[in-house]
Amino acid sequence: MDHKPTLPLKPKSTLQTWKRICTIMILLLIYLWTFSDIQIKWEKIFSEQTIANFNRIIPKFFQPAVEETSTILEKMLETIFIAYTGSLAAAIIAVPIAFLCATNIVRNKFLNQIGMWILGAVRAFPEIVLAIIFVAAVGPNPFAGVLAIAIGSTGMLGKLYAEVIESIDMHVIEALEASGANKLQLLFYGIIPQVLPEFLSYAIYRFEIDVRASSVLGVVGAGGIGTLITFAYMNRNWEEVGMILLVIIISVTIIDQISSIIRKRLV
Amino acid sequence: MNKPSPSVPKGIYPTKTKIIVSLSFILVIGFYLISSILTESFIFHFFAKIPNIFTLIGDFFPPDWSYINQVWPKLMETIQMAIVATTVAVIISIPFSLLTANTVTTNTYVYQLMRFILNILRTIPDIILAVVFVGLFGIGAFSGIVALIIFSVGILVKLMSEIIETIDMNPTEAIRATGGNGIQTISFAIVPQVLPQFISFSLYVFEINIRASLVLGLVGAGGIGQLLNKEINFLNYPAVSTIIIIVFIVVVIIDYISSKLREGLI
Repeated sequence: MDHKPTLPLKPKSTLQTWKRICTIMILLLIYLWTFSDIQIKWEKIFSEQTIANFNRIIPKFFQPAVEETSTILEKMLETIFIAYTGSLAAAIIAVPIAFLCATNIVRNKFLNQIGMWILGAVRAFPEIVLAIIFVAAVGPNPFAGVLAIAIGSTGMLGKLYAEVIESIDMHVIEALEASGANKLQLLFYGIIPQVLPEFLSYAIYRFEIDVRASSVLGVVGAGGIGTLITFAYMNRNWEEVGMILLVIIISVTIIDQISSIIRKRLV
Repeated sequence: MNKPSPSVPKGIYPTKTKIIVSLSFILVIGFYLISSILTESFIFHFFAKIPNIFTLIGDFFPPDWSYINQVWPKLMETIQMAIVATTVAVIISIPFSLLTANTVTTNTYVYQLMRFILNILRTIPDIILAVVFVGLFGIGAFSGIVALIIFSVGILVKLMSEIIETIDMNPTEAIRATGGNGIQTISFAIVPQVLPQFISFSLYVFEINIRASLVLGLVGAGGIGQLLNKEINFLNYPAVSTIIIIVFIVVVIIDYISSKLREGLI
């Protein structure tokens, strides 16, 4: 009896391999289509014009229009206000929808699905599209920006909130139920203390994103620093673009730092 | 005999916590009041504007379906821009993410410098990148692609370097101990650990790029945003609503495809 030491065969899974081959083929086709179809005027990009542009524009960024600081700061503050109001509204609107989506709270597959659909549909709209719609609805003012941010953030916050709610410890709820707590007491003593820190942390994180997002919204007239960007760009006023960029970088960095400190303390 | 005890039981939470919570609550509400008044977005503004919303719905509907033929080529351009930008960004961000991971880059100065540059890069809104590159390269898809590349490199490097920092270094050691060379170490110890996340992040960035390329068109950096900008300026709302509906459908389809691809590749 001779025992040949043989390695066990690798488990075969033809389905997996086929899936992979199909995916890679599809990817290759997509790339083929992209690179054969895309229209880029290379001769226009690598021309004297571009070099001239570089020499003209780049130096201007390093001499930003400092005299515009007060106007820019004012608009930046408006941007932050838009982001704040919008994300606070979203942080509140998202809560009921998140409860609707959470499978351990609402034990009804149909209602859960409806909640998921609402959130998915909201997330599919880019913020700028929402801003366009609301500018048309309420006129070109910061309010349109606030609405766009509020609706846009609800999608993401609702999804994250729902995940948080689904991960809570249900024993606490059971214990409260057993000792005769009613629904409202369950909510306030069983669920909210468990989810609140993470809810707040996500809301603050979303505020960070919203500051960036609302600096863009002004391009379609929804208030904030984007309005200045459009004007500066249309007038080819690169010094001002440079200054706006500087203000955005500094304020976003400060907000990110503050929010990361708060979030660390919360969780 | 049995007198009720005079001492009222204290709350579960200590007084300090209560004070902090109420102070931060007041702060949050106060800041909300200031900002909502300054941005003219107090709740009653919303109710005042409800009639406008109904007239708007009248303007936007019905969508102008004959407009689809004009949307199609620009839509394809948007998707192509996102594909090219994501591909290039992924290739660029691999070496950079190795440089910003403190498990691979042990030199503190290089690591801190890379972190600093990336943090600055990520604060720049995509629209400013687009404005600058349209100024440099002229109107067209190329400016948009460059802007998207820089925008997504910022996100990708952050996500990827975090993943590289959390990998298990023991397999690396084991392969080195059994005589594997540098390339073998990377391809058998590091790549299998990070590849699923890399693919997942690349697809995520692709989804972001589709949305972002919509914005870029507004300043002339190619794609469907250019069309959108034109129709808004002409107040051609039926066409705008056609574009919006198509964008919505495309985003949903692409999100679905990319989630399927994620399952297929991982």
